Amino acid sequence: MAVNLKQLAVEFEDPNKIGITSGHRLCPGCAAPMTAKMALMVAKHLGYDVVVGLATGCLEVSTTIFPYSAWSVPYIHNAFENVAATISGVETAYRALKKRGKLKREKPIKFIAFGGDGGTYDIGLQALSGAVERGHDFLYILYDNEGYMNTGNQRSGSTPPGSYTTTAPVGKKLPGKPQLKKNIVEIVAAHENVYAATATVGEPIDYMNKVEKALNFEGPSFIAVLSPCVRFWRIPNDAAVSITKLAVQSKYWPLYEVEKGVYRITKKPRSFKPIRDFLEQQGRFRALLSRPDADKVISMLQDYVDKRWERLLALEEATKDKPAR
Amino acid sequence: MVETKKLALTGAEAVANAMRQIAPDVVAAYPITPQTPIVEYFSKFVADGLVDTELIPVESEHSAMSAVVGAAAAGARAMTATSANGLALMHEIVYIAASLRLPIVMPVVNRALSGPINIHCDHSDTMAERDSGWVQFFVENAQEAYDLTLIGLKLAEHPDVQLPVMVNQDGFIISHGVEPVELLPDDMVRSFVGEREPVYSLLDVENPVTFGPLDLYDYYFEHKRQQIAAMEKVFEVFPKVVEEFEKISGRRYACVEAYRLDDAEHVMVALGSTCGTIKDVVDELREEGKKVGLLKLWMFRPFPKEQVQRYLYGRKSVVVLDRSASFGAEAPLYAEIKSALYESPTKPLIGSYIYGLGGREILPRHIRQAFEAAINGDLLADGQGYLGLRE
Repeated sequence: MAVNLKQLAVEFEDPNKIGITSGHRLCPGCAAPMTAKMALMVAKHLGYDVVVGLATGCLEVSTTIFPYSAWSVPYIHNAFENVAATISGVETAYRALKKRGKLKREKPIKFIAFGGDGGTYDIGLQALSGAVERGHDFLYILYDNEGYMNTGNQRSGSTPPGSYTTTAPVGKKLPGKPQLKKNIVEIVAAHENVYAATATVGEPIDYMNKVEKALNFEGPSFIAVLSPCVRFWRIPNDAAVSITKLAVQSKYWPLYEVEKGVYRITKKPRSFKPIRDFLEQQGRFRALLSRPDADKVISMLQDYVDKRWERLLALEEATKDKPAR
Repeated sequence: MVETKKLALTGAEAVANAMRQIAPDVVAAYPITPQTPIVEYFSKFVADGLVDTELIPVESEHSAMSAVVGAAAAGARAMTATSANGLALMHEIVYIAASLRLPIVMPVVNRALSGPINIHCDHSDTMAERDSGWVQFFVENAQEAYDLTLIGLKLAEHPDVQLPVMVNQDGFIISHGVEPVELLPDDMVRSFVGEREPVYSLLDVENPVTFGPLDLYDYYFEHKRQQIAAMEKVFEVFPKVVEEFEKISGRRYACVEAYRLDDAEHVMVALGSTCGTIKDVVDELREEGKKVGLLKLWMFRPFPKEQVQRYLYGRKSVVVLDRSASFGAEAPLYAEIKSALYESPTKPLIGSYIYGLGGREILPRHIRQAFEAAINGDLLADGQGYLGLRE
């Protein structure tokens, strides 16, 4: 069943039904609340109740400033690095209390953890791996804005090369962060019995279809959502959608899923745009682009995304109808 | 009172049995020496179907405490257990558990904190958590470890308290030492601990609650004040819980235990298993006509200042034994005792001894040495003594 946008529009005509309401203090144009809203709408549309867990980060601090909360679904924030462990405790409590007849309810509850890239690629990686390995029935949604944006744009394991951050700045000598970002989907997909996918806010149907698949998957699931920070990507407030569409068209953020080891590319653009187009749209690469050695970094990135795309195509072909279990 | 039988159990096995009888909804734990046998025994109970708790075999202590926080916030009765570096790794979430007012009970098998790495007993691990907002019990033997785990659970979940509780037992000495332990019948424990009735639950979807919001300068302070108030409530609730426990077990607990204190002129204050050895030395010295006694603290947090004052006022001397150091300051228990004596109408001689770090043996002769210093008037309030140290 594919998600029907018109149906969702009718169902959630009253935005208070979504689960995250307006009045939060995220920046105008931020993609994080879109990421959360689309997931909540799909879950509720499918007939699930939802409990959310949040890692410390923008989405957390901006939506729950005491005594206010933008969440009309049950919500827990514990700390930065442990949302996967926390939600695994909540999910286990659900199973335990149901088993013992202490929780009498027909409607199933789904557990969704939201974490930024710092809380997922870096400090929260161990807790995420543990929770996935243990096979808890939960969906982890990474809103990936490629840096520690909540604390003012520091480098993370997800920051791409040449992106200006305060801890890997483009300086007179160094061209910014030299390393490529981690491939988080491959890391999660390397666990057994897991559904892992990429998605982005610029491709909402693709994202919401993956949320549906993930929620109905028996076991842990993970969606990495490229989710621009308009502030530190130095893009206009209305550019989160267009820039992420460009990320897909430039192979910067290929849309695919790995279900029990089977790769499937969910969007294959008819033609591609050069990575330079994606970089030039964003102020965070401006310092890099004005350096004499800019071409070196850009061609390295172009080469990387080209090879990764070829590899994905090969993996799709090789794993077709060959689930790991 | 019912017929119960005595079994030969280690402290770890006794506590694992307390957990089996409590039958928490969720246990999340990670193995660490010397806590390991608690998790091993409990896992076997689950594997054998003796208890239907959902076990989360987490990948670290940080995740153990995180998962237990999640489970407790979801309305479940949730427990974990740890030691030393494991407790240190949890540290951040230990504070969060208390501030979320989650009634988690955690047996802690005390072990020296690294570095250098050492697996044996001292109290440096738990002392690092003394300001975390947890109730802290210390036990002398396996029986007390069992009893105070049950008492701790009922105290933690009391509506006026709603605070987490740490039950400290000395690593190896209690956790691995076999002693006679009297277990209460399962059904009696179940009726004593009852069912947890959470005030809020994440699974109450119709009444959604936000746990763990951002709390800035306009409310954080008031919330901390409420935590202080909850700790004060422990002194009101704890006597009721121990009275109820005494009715079913015949064993009496309080914040402190007074051993041969009635006419004692020289009092030693200590925590944990060493209190057993001290009692023997007190008996010996009493036979020699020396008026000595022991004040053992079962409860360290909240600090039972009134009871301490009641038992220490008017003594000639007070000698405090600490199994941990506070580098650059007075040892933790000593600092508390000295502070409690500030309001004393008469100032006893007072002295501090650090002993047993990293599992160093504490022998009767060491304790006698400290008592003799007290009897001879050789205590120095600002001096630091050591027992069993090569210098």
